[in-house]
Amino acid sequence: MNKAETSVTTNSSVYDVEKIRSDFPILQTKVHGKPLVYLDNAATSQKPVSVIRKAEEYYSKMNSNIHRGVHALSQVSTEAYEGARIKIKKFINALGKNEIIFTRGTTESINLVAQSYGRANFNEGDEVIISEMEHHSNIVPWQMICEEKGAKLKIIPINDNGEIIFEEYEKLINEKTKFVSIVYASNSLGTVNPVKQIIDLAHQYNIPVLVDAAQAVNHLPIDVQDLHCDFLAFSGHKIYGPTGIGVLYGKVNLLDKMPPYQGGGDMISTVTFEKTTYNELPHKFEAGTPNIGGAIGLGEAIDYVQKIGIENIAAHEKELLDYATEAVTEIPSLKIIGTAKDKVSVLSFVLDDIHPHDIGTMLDFEGVAIRTGHHCTQPVMDRFGIPATSRASFAMYNTKEEIDILIKGLKKIIEVFG
Amino acid sequence: MDQELRELYQQVILDHNKSPRNFRKMEDATAKADGHNPLCGDTIHVYLKVEDDIIKDVSFEGKGCAISKASASIMTSMLKGKTVKEAEELFEKFHKLVTGKLGDNPDLSGLGKLAVFAGVQEFPVRVKCASLAWHTMDTALHQKGETISTE
Repeated sequence: MNKAETSVTTNSSVYDVEKIRSDFPILQTKVHGKPLVYLDNAATSQKPVSVIRKAEEYYSKMNSNIHRGVHALSQVSTEAYEGARIKIKKFINALGKNEIIFTRGTTESINLVAQSYGRANFNEGDEVIISEMEHHSNIVPWQMICEEKGAKLKIIPINDNGEIIFEEYEKLINEKTKFVSIVYASNSLGTVNPVKQIIDLAHQYNIPVLVDAAQAVNHLPIDVQDLHCDFLAFSGHKIYGPTGIGVLYGKVNLLDKMPPYQGGGDMISTVTFEKTTYNELPHKFEAGTPNIGGAIGLGEAIDYVQKIGIENIAAHEKELLDYATEAVTEIPSLKIIGTAKDKVSVLSFVLDDIHPHDIGTMLDFEGVAIRTGHHCTQPVMDRFGIPATSRASFAMYNTKEEIDILIKGLKKIIEVFG
Repeated sequence: MDQELRELYQQVILDHNKSPRNFRKMEDATAKADGHNPLCGDTIHVYLKVEDDIIKDVSFEGKGCAISKASASIMTSMLKGKTVKEAEELFEKFHKLVTGKLGDNPDLSGLGKLAVFAGVQEFPVRVKCASLAWHTMDTALHQKGETISTE
């Protein structure tokens, strides 16, 4: 039994979902005259009023470029920006704040590692291991650098439940393997991977591991020192923060040795036309003026998540997932795609011959927002022999009543399409 | 059902989705093309048999939503017997219809059954679904006369 399950009994009595809902102004919106039922959280989460206000506060009271400014506002914004870094460091339990690099999001974080670490360390004939359930953002950056370097991409297959086949991973890993990059929780299946075991095995071969935590950071407590991961990437907007800001965590000894990803301002120590020396971590990887307001907003979002408690959120979401998983059994023609034992609150499904896009359009008229399509995981769709799925994904502010509306909507669709 | 939604999913569309017409591979096609909608991963194959500038036969295969499947089905049932020029003109008018370019009180003459797709203009993200089969057919038409391998 994981942490999430045990905390249900201890904390569910204090989990006030109505209070939480009142913190999210967008949940009052009406769509086609119906109250919004927002079940597209795996695509992006909504923002609490504290995060929205923080953005306003930043731009109305603090806006100024960070670092090197001697005037008052620059110092205020620098402190707020670096303060957000410290919040993130504590949130994922990194050793130091120089291990936290601000990026545009998970995608840029992974590209940074592929282009910097990969370019410096991969050679012809080397191998990089990923899994069959990766998001395109954890496939394409590796394909690009492998193509450039003549390295090979190796894929850990998944079983019919949407779980990686660990024995196949054990078979793939060898002395040619130079890197492992694995998703913590799958965006299209919900599967939570045994990342700790995956990392342990790679470390026996001294192979570094990147964890794509885009769909995990908002659902599970993350401790990078406990995981022993070498890199971890996530996006701000999936954890109730702004878009356009994300994080790359990296172990300091690895980041130190890596060449810069982009050149420009702020990432330098001295510049002459003959030679440039690079700034220290984390600034070496933050060329140009960053998304200052975004970083500060992300810090505020993390404050909000910690106020509610990530374990409490996980327990609530598990209750919702269990409720929804049980409720859809009332619909015989519905098939869940992704039936792993350990899942985050993602319910992907197909409904006989009814195409996900028709489901999405019709549910929209019930006020229900779900995602339909391949979810940027085309290899997963190929694995299950389907072009697309419908996906409902739940967050801290969703309720069982909303799931009832979803189910009612689905039944209505089946009637229409007969 | 909401009025706007009812306009989109008219009975004719639901019917063609359930039992698509001319849903088959054509072994003796003189032209064919594949259409792909990367947004949803849907694919369609359109087969044409053009002789003396007349579309003698047209069929399709593939996977798609109700809108794209019904659109393909109705397209095939309407194109049979038409000249290439007539087919192109119909495509042009159909495209204007679904993209809302025929105006508020569109002249639906000559569109026949295709008029049921008027509701699509209210759903910009679904325009591609409705026009995929037609774009694919158009691609196939422009390689008319070529011998197509049956692989």
